[in-house]
Amino acid sequence: MTLMAEPSDTGRFGEFGGRYVPETLVPACQELETAFRQAWADPGFRTELGDALRTFAGRPSMISECRNLGDRLGVRLLLKREDLNHTGSHKINNVVGQALLAKRMGKTRLVAETGAGQHGVASATAAALFGLECKVYMGAVDVERQALNVFRMRLLGSEVEAVHSGSRTLKDAVNEAMRDWVANVGATHYCLGSVMGPHPYPWMVREFHRVIGDEAYAQCQVLLDDVPDVVVACVGGGSNAIGIFSGFVDGRSRLVGVEPAGGAAVGRGQPGVVHGMRSYLMQDEFGQVLEAESISAGLDYPGVGPEHSHLASIGRAEYPSVTDGEVVEAFQALARSEGIIPALESAHAIAWVMREAHAMPGATVLVNLSGRGDKDVAQMMDLLA
Amino acid sequence: MSLESSLRAKRAAGRKLLVPYVTGGLPGWDDAVRACAASGADAVEIGLPFSDPVMDGPVIQEASERALRAGATYPSILDSVRRLDVAIPLAVMTYYNTVHRAGHRRFASELAGAGIAAAIVPDLPLEESAPWTESADWAGVETVMLAAPTAPDERLVRIVARARGFVYSVGLLGVTGERDSLASTAATLARRVKTVTGSDGIPVLIGVGVSNAAQAAEACTVADGVVQGASVMRRMLDGGPDAVAAYVAEVRAAIAS
Ligand SMILES: Cc1ncc(COP(=O)(O)O)c(C=O)c1O
Repeated sequence: MTLMAEPSDTGRFGEFGGRYVPETLVPACQELETAFRQAWADPGFRTELGDALRTFAGRPSMISECRNLGDRLGVRLLLKREDLNHTGSHKINNVVGQALLAKRMGKTRLVAETGAGQHGVASATAAALFGLECKVYMGAVDVERQALNVFRMRLLGSEVEAVHSGSRTLKDAVNEAMRDWVANVGATHYCLGSVMGPHPYPWMVREFHRVIGDEAYAQCQVLLDDVPDVVVACVGGGSNAIGIFSGFVDGRSRLVGVEPAGGAAVGRGQPGVVHGMRSYLMQDEFGQVLEAESISAGLDYPGVGPEHSHLASIGRAEYPSVTDGEVVEAFQALARSEGIIPALESAHAIAWVMREAHAMPGATVLVNLSGRGDKDVAQMMDLLA
Repeated sequence: MSLESSLRAKRAAGRKLLVPYVTGGLPGWDDAVRACAASGADAVEIGLPFSDPVMDGPVIQEASERALRAGATYPSILDSVRRLDVAIPLAVMTYYNTVHRAGHRRFASELAGAGIAAAIVPDLPLEESAPWTESADWAGVETVMLAAPTAPDERLVRIVARARGFVYSVGLLGVTGERDSLASTAATLARRVKTVTGSDGIPVLIGVGVSNAAQAAEACTVADGVVQGASVMRRMLDGGPDAVAAYVAEVRAAIAS
């Protein structure tokens, strides 16, 4: 038995998860659950997905050892290079899976939300490849700070709509994508970008990202003949973290999910229900969802996937946070010492290692480098110039 | 005052049922509720504003944001409800996190204590509803269930069985907001729900996308009545309680004829 098994019949990981959606969407979630269950048990689907990941997404992703930064910090630092995937992040794993599933279900259109734009770009890419129509909702604040990704999505043939309600970031993009899905549920598949939302999304998206953990486990066996002492990933909704955790959850590795200080759902939240799931949520005493505030658009989210809430509540994983300042420093440190410009999201994981390395001398630390920093260069140029 | 028994009695007297929606906490909202009561409403649905209203379109989103910016909280709204002094039953429309955060029993008893008859929780589907409905039943609060056009027949049966107050027959695939015409799904679904309830069962009201007096009259040819949200709130945002009163009177006249 693995700690990260299927959720319960009602889509729960412990007391978190569930399916809190408007009545209109219940049949669609049920249909998706059935379709995913069948596809996942179908060797033909697995082969098709595996082929696409290998020949289109560029898997497997390699592991790089950071000798310069590692020596400086006094740890053995390894990076799982999801930044080298096609479209520049781990998001492609999930999107290829969902696009294939959407085709299998006879859907002709995808809707997606995006924060940093990486999931939007990945969705637009998969839509182009598999001949699906695609519309991406993005908070107006993010449209501004991730202008390059907006243009990329349009180049790929997708429509991008700026969302002006609420905090005008990722959470509001999710709201708008759900509203679109409610209105167009027949032919549209909601291609959700993280391990969040109503059942079966947290489970399905985890399964599509399990490849990260499976590969990393095998790579560590070859490289270390062991598992790493610590496995670290940044957490927005938590998909790249759950992906890499899945390879190590049943062993001895310490699992660390790093949240931004301004979006620390596990660290500062209480259980709540929004976006279809029961999970830790930053909210006020009356249940109004608080606005997250992070330098990184992809982590600017007041909630977290329900399985992370579960892993936190049983004490299997820990969820510290880092500040924007620490992230900016880590972003530059990795660039200068290793020749790798990370995504601002991924720089959160590096920042935690830089801060905490002194407390774990000689440890082997595996960081999931979830994405590359090209999309963030303009923002950093403004900040650092 | 029970919502369901009041609506049943009026239906038995040959009246079509009109339930306007008003976002609580907006400046003047309490006057708008009184205006509805004085202009022919059979009940009023008071919206508790929420930061992430996924079932609402731009008009009600705007109303919720304005109410929250004005400092509205659900206890402050319930306080005002106690002073409304209207002779029709009142329901609240609230997203589930408000309930969840307060605690089911506490929230249900606070509603009952303020004289609220019923609750509508649009993001709480049947499968997840038990913790709330048990508390609501315990406190004597009726839970209105929504029926959606996507529901298969056997689901409609279970929804109707769990519904108290009335069945909210969702008029279209989509969120609240005004449309040029009544969607064909509105009548189709209401007929299917009526088949389940029977003609003297729990009342069936069409809501979401019933956008003006003519559409309300059209909806009332198949349903027992209508809920009117965005069309009321647009008038509230643009014109205030007097504009709401005039509109509710207009809809009442249209469904009476
Ligand atoms: C590179 C990268 N990493 C991480 C995230 C956060 O998502 P998650 O927590 O689901 O991995 C994003 C989201 O946009 C991203 O672009």
